[in-house]
Amino acid sequence: MTFRFKTTNTVIFCVFALLAALPSSHADSWKSKRLAMVGEIEADVRDTSRFLGKNKLDNNVLKALKKVQRHEFVPPQLQKSAYQNRPLPIGFGQTISQPYIVAIMTDLLALKQTDRVLEIGTGSGYQAAILGEVVDKVFTIEIIEELGKIAAERLEKLGYRNIRAKIGDGYYGWPGEAPFDSIVVTAAASHIPPPLLKQLKPGGRMIIPVGSRFMVQQLVLLEKTKDDSFKTRQLLPVRFVPLTGGQP
Amino acid sequence: MKTSRTHVPVLTVFIISASALSYEILLMRLFSIIQWHHFAYMIISLSLLGYGASGTFITITKNYLLKRYHISVICNVLLFSLTSISCFLAAQSIQFNPEEIFWDFRQFPLLVSIYLLLSLPFFFAANCIALSITFYRESISKIYAADLMGAGIGSIGITVLLYVLFPENALKIIAFLGLLAAAVAWLEFHLQPRILALLITCFAFSILLLPKSWMELRVSPYKELPQALRIKGAKVVDKLSSPLGLITVVENKTVPWRYAPGLSLKATVEPPEQLAIFTDNGGMDVINNFNNDTSTFSYLDLQTSALPFHLVQPEKVAVIAAGGGSNVLRTLMYDAKMIDVVELNPQVIKIVKDYYSGYAGNIYKDQRVNLHNTDGRGFLVRSMSLYDLILVPRLNSFGATASGLYALSENYLYTVEALQVYLEKLSPGGILSMDLWLRIPPRDSLKMFATAIDALNASGAKEPGKNLILMRNWQTATLLIKNGEFSRDDINRFLDFTTTRMFDVAYYPGIKEEEANRFNILQQPQIYLGARALLGNEKQSFNNSYKFDLKPATDDRPYFHNFIKWSTVKEIVTLRGSGGLPLLEWGYPVLIATLIQSVLASLILILLPLGFLKNKHNNIPQQISKIRVLVFFFSIGIAFLMLEIAFIQKLVLFLHHPLFAVSTSLFSFLIFAGLGSRASNKFSENWGYNKTIFYAVSGIILFGFIIVSSIGVIIETLAWLPLLVRIILSVFIISPMAFCMGIPFPLAMASIEKPAPELIPWAWAVNGCASVISAVLATIVAIHFGFVIVFVWALVFYGIAYVNFPDRQQVWRKSGYK
Repeated sequence: MTFRFKTTNTVIFCVFALLAALPSSHADSWKSKRLAMVGEIEADVRDTSRFLGKNKLDNNVLKALKKVQRHEFVPPQLQKSAYQNRPLPIGFGQTISQPYIVAIMTDLLALKQTDRVLEIGTGSGYQAAILGEVVDKVFTIEIIEELGKIAAERLEKLGYRNIRAKIGDGYYGWPGEAPFDSIVVTAAASHIPPPLLKQLKPGGRMIIPVGSRFMVQQLVLLEKTKDDSFKTRQLLPVRFVPLTGGQP
Repeated sequence: MKTSRTHVPVLTVFIISASALSYEILLMRLFSIIQWHHFAYMIISLSLLGYGASGTFITITKNYLLKRYHISVICNVLLFSLTSISCFLAAQSIQFNPEEIFWDFRQFPLLVSIYLLLSLPFFFAANCIALSITFYRESISKIYAADLMGAGIGSIGITVLLYVLFPENALKIIAFLGLLAAAVAWLEFHLQPRILALLITCFAFSILLLPKSWMELRVSPYKELPQALRIKGAKVVDKLSSPLGLITVVENKTVPWRYAPGLSLKATVEPPEQLAIFTDNGGMDVINNFNNDTSTFSYLDLQTSALPFHLVQPEKVAVIAAGGGSNVLRTLMYDAKMIDVVELNPQVIKIVKDYYSGYAGNIYKDQRVNLHNTDGRGFLVRSMSLYDLILVPRLNSFGATASGLYALSENYLYTVEALQVYLEKLSPGGILSMDLWLRIPPRDSLKMFATAIDALNASGAKEPGKNLILMRNWQTATLLIKNGEFSRDDINRFLDFTTTRMFDVAYYPGIKEEEANRFNILQQPQIYLGARALLGNEKQSFNNSYKFDLKPATDDRPYFHNFIKWSTVKEIVTLRGSGGLPLLEWGYPVLIATLIQSVLASLILILLPLGFLKNKHNNIPQQISKIRVLVFFFSIGIAFLMLEIAFIQKLVLFLHHPLFAVSTSLFSFLIFAGLGSRASNKFSENWGYNKTIFYAVSGIILFGFIIVSSIGVIIETLAWLPLLVRIILSVFIISPMAFCMGIPFPLAMASIEKPAPELIPWAWAVNGCASVISAVLATIVAIHFGFVIVFVWALVFYGIAYVNFPDRQQVWRKSGYK
């Protein structure tokens, strides 16, 4: 009888323990995938160190990448691919960027925790979430209404209280909250909007990925000098030199 | 169903061939609209294997089908009609995204599904013809003639149709024609009751009433227009269709377009209100809302394109590929006295000149503007004027250029010979200005620089480096080529222009390395270093070691946008996980993928029915050699298409209009080959098979040789003739060769029809597969060796065909048969 009681109890305990462990093992599985993805990104950064001018991502950026749950930012049917180092379609003709590109874009801004960052083109909200882990204040604007609403709700649900999202025309920036230490322009534009240049603090940085939705050709990093002038740097986010014999 | 005496269904074959060729051209249009041109090319090429598959299918099933010939043909015609619409609608609903293909291998089965769906209509259409040539073996020349002539009429018909109907509505006409062919077949076969033909015709008319919502095109959400329409306030205000493209005009009063590529970081003003013009749902251009207040247009002076106006004060200007008119507006603002504006697409002219004339400030009606609806290069060849400034804009959108989508498109505006034409039309001290997109690592800018050096050398410039200026910002580049050397004053003004706008000098005579990378900083001043290498003695070694192909395009190899080197592809693919794929130039790998897929599929289609090819004529001791049949029909399949394609390209240069070139060439080749086929019967009766094939192939090689050796002179000396005269002359040049090209196929079929009738559908399969391979192969040969070599290959293949003619008399003679 005692034996039976013990056995039954053990079985019940095991079942409960298993049930209790299920969500956490699921979370663990996401986490381990996320860490693997970050490992891959770190290796890519080492490979492209010559182009980025560094062989290691900033610690805050690394922490953010390890923390932000990318699977929450992709459509349910693509969640299993969420931690592959690739862009994914999110509907409305838009994509969630390749994590490697998000990582180096964020890193190239050289952010400080107290910085105020403006993002043009919220998309899924993933880039905003990464920025939100690194700095105190993020402002993000999305022009596609449906997409903007979904992203804003998602960011709120995930607890990003330091991110303010709105739907609107990013060309004019967010004058009420300007100036910004950094601006990320993820939405395509035929030129860099003059109002954004104006809203950038002297010494501030702006980053623009150039290419198609699925393939970023180059990154344009703009710096506003103390005397309100500008300089751009064109960066190839890949270990590639156009001449044979060149050292990557 | 009762049958009575039947006739060869010449009219049915004619209509079905016309419909199938129209369908092929229409599919190319439709997929260019919903997807991208290069993938459209691959999809349609592979789908055409439906022709080869029909031969394979009939080889295997002929005993069953030939017993039910009439009903089989009618069923296939009906199926062609129904699948022409339904398969396209099904294929476009498959969510295939070419850009994901290297990331997501699930895209491959989607792609194969599209091939299979689209090959079905061609399969059914080809079945009708293959069944007919197998059933009416003695009338092959007649049926083949109807097939070719039908295709010839179809090529013209669809071109006309696309001027009056939107492509999705043209699809209904194809299905309608298919059903009409079924009714015609019913009557041609004298089937009873005849009223059924009337019922099918009524059904055909009902197809035309299919609801609009069914036919709606599902455009890739990643194309520019669907992206633009997602933005609040975007509204389509006009849509026009022509074989040159689907033009959509979109306004957005809520979120303005503000299209101003190459704008200086110093700009503080917003571009004025604009209307966007999209071609095939991509390639955005704009019409500026101009109300004669130039103060709101100061942005035009802050773009890289404004550079030439600071070095020359032009009186006479030629604006090539004027599009929405931004360059025309800029030229008017700089007080040019006379502007020749050239635009190829009449519908773009109609939009700017008529529909939105007031909006655009009547720029195309300005007294100083002379509007020309023609190709830019052709216009300059014929122009008697000399210009102080010739403006050649950025062609294509940045996205398409960035992805290398135009690698397969022949471009005769960017060849060495084209630049020579432009230079000849410059007044002393005049400037040719070429705007380009800037890609990193540099490709377009350096290739155009190399092209300019070659053109200057060919034009007799002593030191080309003294006639060139190259400038860039982070996104665009402008190359200036002067008729004469740039003076110190020119250079000072150039440096002033770049400094005040924060643009970078990439090259000018006397440049120092430290000047080349000031505002828009590259890892290395690659464009300057490249330009210096291309002008110096190390040009060859630089070209060899550069990972992209910078060899200038020529009229014989007019592929400016093809930059690929195979060694680079390997490197890029290994870097795909770490941001390498955007470096891939898509066009050429897609072409190679198409070739590999079509060769593999052809092998299966050709080898599969071999087991079914048992000779039942046991009293014939020696069969017709299958190898000879294979080699012959394969060779003429390859050769026919190669000659046709090479000729289209030469006609583009002669007629200076891609559409007229394609229509004239296809029409002439197919109609005259049809006449040749029709006459082949008579020739073989008079001369026998051996002599006829000898005369036909000799004729092809002789006329081909004459054309190849004289086409350059013809193009150069007769370009001044009116277009209609040039078209008639082109038909006249093509006709004798095309006539001879129509003979070998029916002749060989007639030669094998008695000793080996079972080989007829197989030979059809071989020929069909070869035609698909040929179209792809011709482009690859042209990219590497030029179109003259495509001509030569075609003539060699005709030679191979001649040697392998499946000669019945010889076989029967050998076996003692009389």
